[in-house]
Amino acid sequence: MHAALLPLIALATGDGAHAADGHGAAHAAAAYADVGTLQFAKATVDTSYGWLKWMLLAPLASVALCGAFAMLKVRGRLPALFTVASFAVAAVLAVTVYRQWGPTLFSTHAPLAVPLMDWLTFRWGDGPFQSFTANFGLYLDGISILWILFVTVLATLIALYASEYMESDVKAGYARFFFAVSLFVTSMLILVMSDNLVGLYLGWEGVGLCSYMLIGYYASQPGAVAASKKAFVMNRVGDLGLALAIFLIWTNYGTVQYDGLFQAIASSGAGTVQGSWSKAAIPFLLLLAVCGKSAQGPLFTWLPDAMWGPTPVSALIHAATMVTAGIYLLARMAPFYTVQAIGSEWAEPALLTVGWIGCATAFIGATIACGQFDYKRVFAYSTISSLGYMVMGLGVGTAFGGVYYVFTHAWFKALLFLTAGAVMHGMAGQVDFRRLGGLLRVPGFRITMLCMLLGCLWLATAPFSAAALSKDIILYQALTSDVEQVRWMGWLGLLTAGITAYYAFRVWFRLALGPVRIEPGPDQHHGHDDHDHGAAGHGHGGHDHGSHGAHAAHSGGHGHDAHGFHPHPPGLRINFVLVVLAVGSILAGLPTYLEKSEGFNWIQRFVQNSSAWIRATGGPEHGQILGRDGHGTLFVLATGVVVAGIALAWVLHAGNRALGDRLRDSMLKTPGLKWLARGSEHGWYVDAVYNALLGVPLWLGAQVLAFLDRFVLDGVVFAAVGRLPGFLARVFQPLYVGTVQAYALTMAGGIALIFAWVVWIWLSGGAS
Amino acid sequence: MNPVQPLLAAAPLAPAMPANVQLTLALALILFAIGLVGFLTRRNMILMFLSTELMFQAAALAFVAFGRMWMDLSGQLMVIFILTVAAAEAALALGLVVLLYRRKETLSNEAWAELKE
Repeated sequence: MHAALLPLIALATGDGAHAADGHGAAHAAAAYADVGTLQFAKATVDTSYGWLKWMLLAPLASVALCGAFAMLKVRGRLPALFTVASFAVAAVLAVTVYRQWGPTLFSTHAPLAVPLMDWLTFRWGDGPFQSFTANFGLYLDGISILWILFVTVLATLIALYASEYMESDVKAGYARFFFAVSLFVTSMLILVMSDNLVGLYLGWEGVGLCSYMLIGYYASQPGAVAASKKAFVMNRVGDLGLALAIFLIWTNYGTVQYDGLFQAIASSGAGTVQGSWSKAAIPFLLLLAVCGKSAQGPLFTWLPDAMWGPTPVSALIHAATMVTAGIYLLARMAPFYTVQAIGSEWAEPALLTVGWIGCATAFIGATIACGQFDYKRVFAYSTISSLGYMVMGLGVGTAFGGVYYVFTHAWFKALLFLTAGAVMHGMAGQVDFRRLGGLLRVPGFRITMLCMLLGCLWLATAPFSAAALSKDIILYQALTSDVEQVRWMGWLGLLTAGITAYYAFRVWFRLALGPVRIEPGPDQHHGHDDHDHGAAGHGHGGHDHGSHGAHAAHSGGHGHDAHGFHPHPPGLRINFVLVVLAVGSILAGLPTYLEKSEGFNWIQRFVQNSSAWIRATGGPEHGQILGRDGHGTLFVLATGVVVAGIALAWVLHAGNRALGDRLRDSMLKTPGLKWLARGSEHGWYVDAVYNALLGVPLWLGAQVLAFLDRFVLDGVVFAAVGRLPGFLARVFQPLYVGTVQAYALTMAGGIALIFAWVVWIWLSGGAS
Repeated sequence: MNPVQPLLAAAPLAPAMPANVQLTLALALILFAIGLVGFLTRRNMILMFLSTELMFQAAALAFVAFGRMWMDLSGQLMVIFILTVAAAEAALALGLVVLLYRRKETLSNEAWAELKE
């Protein structure tokens, strides 16, 4: 599959042996974490690319303008214009730098370094480890260029979408919204373009702050405020890992600049780092940071709650870009997951931990998504699951697969969220798909539902879709691995793919097919009008039905709360963005389709020319799965599970909904299976466990401290100490007689006493 | 020896004429004591103010004496400062006294003892 690419592999020169054919399994097994001697091309400093600073300054100008609008409480649509325009400028510059530097990068493998501004420099000596430099500079290698390309283009499209989506908010928070979005894009670009870890940390915190501001955008709703706090606090846990990792990287290598750091790793002789805990801790701490930002492993529960934010935010920040910052970090810091960097003792466990965290998160996210009834939350859990796949890709040793999936996922997941947003926008915020149905036949929603179909197909990794092409690289790498654990990850990933297909189409079949059924959500302030409704059917206006299927058949009858509700179909801007994203999702598969004719894979070329390329990824060229040819077998297996998943969804949610509902009801009635349905619906109670393990003890501790504060500190200590001045005051109060003469006499008497004392000392010979 | 004689003598060129300085300081001390006693015993605000002026001048005299002792003009410089400050203070204090008098129709400072609260 990638035979044509192997001549391009130049960064990892030790990789000649990895060129698959003929070389034995033993070597490949060792190659999992031991990739031989690392080599990195030194960055080329080129100040003529100083115009790249406008990529940061353009969104920053939008931040300033939108901020001014927000502070001056100016109403109007101008903030959206600033934001879209500045993002478009950044996108044009990103494409320009790709076109100008790309050829040089791909031929010399040298990243582009553009120093912009001195930032932090400390020196306390001339030797190594006696200075600290973190300047404001840009570092553009393959993965940074790939990231800035899709971040800026998607941000432009989503800002355009948001300009229509947020229209009902023009008076309240329009400027504030675009202020935060602009700040987010600025921070994200700093994160991926900075040439050192401190700059990355700045961007990392910046995007976290913007995520917090935007999740809590609807600040009048307590749920949104709680969700934003939760996201912020859980992200801080991960950020602690990143901070500690940066500290340890400095203490071990004396630099935090990528270029010097990678050279330092490459020049350190293999085998010299045995038993060095401070080096071995770095990859695990980085993984903790990834868990926070990319909603992995134990820290994933903030992401579903982040759906309190406006949907464009969910699409841009919590699906397409910010959450992939963790994958960027893993890819950027891939050299730390090698024997040369941290020693043979810990390299493989570190890599396996990454793989298992990703794999387990993918599986758990998918199982939870199956139990959700809020379609936006389904997509949120699918994002967790997809991010798990990407992390697993890095963990099983294919940075290419992981990064490729980041790229395709960014398109189709943004598309899915934006279609979900279009439905919410039109249905007054209805997010429960049991209360909607047949939207494919509702006028104005056809484009939305068709785009959602495409998004669901891509999410389900339908054969030949861009998503499948990228995800299969990860599965192939895992299943053909010589490490048994990695193969297990592959099988679990394959099962997850089937589950993903099921839950993706569970949503789409319920929303798009079947009888028309519309129950408006809580946001009746827009879209609610009393005139005659046209062809749109009336939903059966019932309240919470446990078994929704029975009611679905009644549509067409007049409901009561739905009466008079008129769906508000998406307008031109939303539809335009949806179609562009749909086309983008399809085109995201082009790199693989053009592989044969071009001789290279567009995405792989980016990864090859970056610090992520520490091994020839893509697995052995003729790997075997179940004793058969790897590629063919994987295609059959992957297609099989996907088709099975979609078919199951069809039966339970389109063909025979009554059966699906009966199945769920009987599951809830069977004691042995009840936990499955309930647990999935409640996210396997992870939040409840956190609450029990952390929340309750902290709450109890707080109660104890509050008691101490109120009764011991306030009641005893402060009461005693607090009354002392008053008591002393009453003792001395009689001295304050109110006549000036008394005070003057005190003063004169005091001076006289001092004078007498001096004289006494003088007389007694104390003073020489 | 006539104690006043040295004071009237022509200015000596040599520093530290102990007798002169001691006598001058004694005069300053007396002035200060008169001022202090006046301040402590009088209740009339104008007289209290005059007593503080007396203490000021005692300090100024001491400065002059020490300046003379060290043959240094700094002492006389300080006197100029003291006079300036005293002039400013006189304007302020007399204005204050007038205002206070208008409030209570008396010059006694005991009328203002309530300020201790």
